[in-house]
Amino acid sequence: MESDPTTQRLGVAFHNVGKRYGSLVALRDVTLAIGAGEFVALLGPNGAGKSTLLKMAALLVQPGSGKVEFPERARAAREAIKRGIGMVAHSTMLYDEMSAAENLLFFARLYDLDRPEQRVAAALEACGLPDRAGDLVRTFSRGMRQRLAIARALIHSPALLLLDEPAAGLDRQGIAWLAETLAERHRRGCTILMSTHSRNDSIGCVTRAVLLSGGRLQADSGTGGDPRQLLAAVPVEG
Amino acid sequence: MGTGRAVAILLGKELRGELRSRELLNTTLIFALIVVVIFSFAFDPTAAEARRFAPGLLWIAFLFAGTLMLNPSFAREQANDTLQALRMAPISPFALLLGKILANFVFLLTAELVLLPVFAVLYNVTILPVIGRLLLVIVLGTFGVVVTGTVFAALASQARMRELLLPLLLLPVLAPLLIASVEATAALLNDEPALDPTWTVFLVAFDVVFFTASWLLCEHLIEE
Repeated sequence: MESDPTTQRLGVAFHNVGKRYGSLVALRDVTLAIGAGEFVALLGPNGAGKSTLLKMAALLVQPGSGKVEFPERARAAREAIKRGIGMVAHSTMLYDEMSAAENLLFFARLYDLDRPEQRVAAALEACGLPDRAGDLVRTFSRGMRQRLAIARALIHSPALLLLDEPAAGLDRQGIAWLAETLAERHRRGCTILMSTHSRNDSIGCVTRAVLLSGGRLQADSGTGGDPRQLLAAVPVEG
Repeated sequence: MGTGRAVAILLGKELRGELRSRELLNTTLIFALIVVVIFSFAFDPTAAEARRFAPGLLWIAFLFAGTLMLNPSFAREQANDTLQALRMAPISPFALLLGKILANFVFLLTAELVLLPVFAVLYNVTILPVIGRLLLVIVLGTFGVVVTGTVFAALASQARMRELLLPLLLLPVLAPLLIASVEATAALLNDEPALDPTWTVFLVAFDVVFFTASWLLCEHLIEE
């Protein structure tokens, strides 16, 4: 039975993690602790290792060396940790041959949520797609798919939200919606780790910035530090 | 969430998707029908010859159809990385694998049940008096094909040449199952039809061994 994971809070800690894909080194000896309730922007150029780090936090990729821990659920089973994590990846993680509502309902059921139909209706309303609920995802524009992908990641109210370039494909209005949604989740205590290589409204509430380059941690504004200097170096979107 | 409920949700998704598109069923059925018809034209068997060849031809058609059908079961999840979304869900890897196994079992069995009367007519084989026992052999053989094939489809889905890789991996492993299924079917199509206990037990054992192996290996198959 569902419990609201946002009330439980969840951080993530990477201890000397490394990852290789064949001869390509994606991450080298990265140590980083993201506390529960932080909103962290993960900065860096393409190939810096941002996506790999996010996938490790999502338990999708095993570190080649080092370890990933979830301090608030150190003794929890893998399924219990997964229940608290939501992710928006590069791809939408949606079924093109299912409708928007069917996609959300399928994932709501997999997460064993209470009143899944009402959750789905609310999620569609929130992402601005209530009129397209019954339409197949393959008929959606890139921006609509991205909104739905974000709604899918949020449907189970994750305590740890992992976002890999979530503004990709969104127009100005969509980015404003994303920024508002993330700010609201952050206010409710959700930990957010978001990768970006461009500056837009979605980073408005960021409390910490981390810079990766060549798979290494180059800079970290730290918990309670000022992320503005690092964020200022990020090129403006558009 | 319990494994049973997770499997039911995943199975429901697979069945609804297939009922809507009918991609797998249609292509598999047409392919299997073509195989059976081509064999029929190629050999033009008499009634006595049909009883000798038909079980082998039937199971080769089932096996080819299964190979064709099993490949997309995990490959389809690669399109938008939906497999990653499934891996992130709070369900056991075995629930994910079992959902796929059961869906593939339903699809392949449906195709086989449609093919069976066509096969009986084309090869002049009487199946009605032994239909119950024949169905038992078909269910046992098909389950073995599907369990093994779904496991290998999960393995092959990560590879670049997965369409070629699956039959290369799968067919040698399924050779004992093919022999057992053919022998058990042949015993039912004889002048004195009987359910061969040796081959039937072999089929049950094959199913149990590979199903247990899939349960033991599922975490490595589904996780990275």
